[in-house]
Amino acid sequence: MKKTLQKPVLAVGPFHPLQEEMEFFQLTVDGETVTDIDVKISYNHRGIEKLSETLQFDQIPFLVSRICGICSASHPLAYIQAVEEIAGVEVPERARYVRTIINELERIHSHLLWVGLGGHFIGYDTVFMWAWKYREPVLDLLEEITGNRNNYGNVRVGGCREDVPDEMVPKILKELDKIEKKTDMLTKAVLDDPVLHARLKGVGVLSKNDAVRFAVTGPTARGSGIAIDVRRDDPYAAYGDLNWNVISQPEGDVFAKAVVRLLETFESIKMVREALQKLPKGPIAVEVKEIPPGEGCGRAEAPRGETFHYVRSDGGNRPIRHKVRAPSYVNVPSFKASCIGQHIADVTLTLAAVDPCYSCTERLAVVDGHHNVVHDYEALLHMSREKTARITKELGAPEFKLEDA
Amino acid sequence: MSVKIWSLKKSVWVFHVNTGACNNCDIEIVNMLTPKYDVERFGIKLVGSPRHADALLVTGVGTEQAVIRLREVYRQTSKPCAVFLIGACACGTGIFKGGYHVAGPVDEIIREVDPEAIIAYVPGCPPKPEAMISGVVKVLSAL
Amino acid sequence: MQQEELKNRLSEIKDKLIDIEQTTDNRIFLLCEAANAFSVARFLFEDLSLRFVIITGIDSDDCFENLYHFSNDASGCVVTIKAFIRDREAPSIESITPIVAAAEWIEREIHDILGIDFKNHPNLKRLILFDDWPEGVYPLRKDVQK
Repeated sequence: MKKTLQKPVLAVGPFHPLQEEMEFFQLTVDGETVTDIDVKISYNHRGIEKLSETLQFDQIPFLVSRICGICSASHPLAYIQAVEEIAGVEVPERARYVRTIINELERIHSHLLWVGLGGHFIGYDTVFMWAWKYREPVLDLLEEITGNRNNYGNVRVGGCREDVPDEMVPKILKELDKIEKKTDMLTKAVLDDPVLHARLKGVGVLSKNDAVRFAVTGPTARGSGIAIDVRRDDPYAAYGDLNWNVISQPEGDVFAKAVVRLLETFESIKMVREALQKLPKGPIAVEVKEIPPGEGCGRAEAPRGETFHYVRSDGGNRPIRHKVRAPSYVNVPSFKASCIGQHIADVTLTLAAVDPCYSCTERLAVVDGHHNVVHDYEALLHMSREKTARITKELGAPEFKLEDA
Repeated sequence: MSVKIWSLKKSVWVFHVNTGACNNCDIEIVNMLTPKYDVERFGIKLVGSPRHADALLVTGVGTEQAVIRLREVYRQTSKPCAVFLIGACACGTGIFKGGYHVAGPVDEIIREVDPEAIIAYVPGCPPKPEAMISGVVKVLSAL
Repeated sequence: MQQEELKNRLSEIKDKLIDIEQTTDNRIFLLCEAANAFSVARFLFEDLSLRFVIITGIDSDDCFENLYHFSNDASGCVVTIKAFIRDREAPSIESITPIVAAAEWIEREIHDILGIDFKNHPNLKRLILFDDWPEGVYPLRKDVQK
């Protein structure tokens, strides 16, 4: 179906070598302002829900943890909670705490990853290198506990597979102290930098109204003043036992979302500390013989927002239906509301603020009425960084520094 | 050793292609650039176009939609080039085998375009950055 | 709103429902015929201000089911409309996208994988299956081989 040409489009820079390619996000522009977006998501469709019907209940966590690499603890947890709801399983206390510890460690490294990518898109590669350096110790801890830096596969119906050994607790606490210091330095540097204020404030605003229309969740919602969080609203694992705050900001712009993610990282560090200190003795799983007929809804607050799984069982050893809803499924369409009216130099950042998969962000392009790529991702990235450089010059601001003590 | 292959060994510019992946491999690839692994000191650089690349880093199962692009990317990559299939999905569709939207594994797709393609397999889910670096070094030493 | 108030308000649309099932403290299912799904969804979204979560489409042998999941965040309750689409030959139901913008993608997806038609959907084109996927083959139907 041909789109009618909205306005004559000026081709800037070399044409993308893959001209016939249909990019994931196709933006139409009027001059330098975005007027419309079309999205194509068939690239990543792997048919997971159908595959799930061929696997047994305890095999499915391994499948769903690979839906999205960076929410890989949240999907299995939401799924397993749906199954446990059907079977009426009471998970042992220690297992609830271990689940919380793993999921909060994931949130910490996911948010640091995001901060790094945000820095990369605006040309602050120091932030990128720094944030990604300091998420490494978290990945190492997760590897020590579960056997993998990513894709933990640590849940099963009735509890967890791997325990957090008591001997490891002092080490984790020590690492958390270091990570907290680094996150603190990073947060202060971001919140105080005048260039970042000028670059991120008022950019990519998602109004509260639009946030409700698009039913967004996670930091995308909390950055627009909608203070929802599954951990508090529909408590699961050990979240009901811990002391922590839901972080939200009203402005709805990229800066607000950055603040939410940074402050949430501190809450996560606090939660892991408290969970480790309160870690109860006992088994990490109960035996569950079979799943009766029924249906269950499980949800978890992934770093990107609410992950929702619906499972239906007919009493057999496989689900007859497994519905997966990742948070990005509702957050990404909201990009339409936050991106239209923006300057093309801001689109990579606006999209990044929704925190979709990294690979999704790579597939961003401005197209003309015949789906030919006018500005590819490289060009858009370049424009974004140029804008930062311009602002830096205008403000005569000192260079952004991050000490690496 | 031909001059062409020799020139490949000096520093490797890589282009990353995601053919339907969960992003873990993709993130670990980007991790290679960050201070802990820092592959830029070996001259390994991520470039923005296959025309400038000496090697492709391919992740993912090869979904029906993505393989259309993959064939084109391979054609456009300047030759000689080496193709590194990163992760269980790229090495053989991994846990997504039999999915109705999976056209892979991607090595068969590439060999359709070029039966003589140089393909290396780096398994893992995801492979750690050390494994990827080791894979690249092994292949370049063997060429 | 709190759970008690929620349950009271849900009884306001009882006339549109076949039944109300409560599986646990925090999970309520509203069973209805496909024809009533739109008005029940409108009631939940506009009158009760519940948050839209997603729609699950199911091939249930003798009918299709669309499960519209909503969340009452104040009490952590998931309220699911279970709509029965009885016509297996030409399954169709009113689209809720005109009132819930967030439903656009999932209705397109269900259209792709189950072949359910969403009447008055503003943009019912392919979403997740690639361009050359054969027409009339709906992967999530039970009769399609795994």
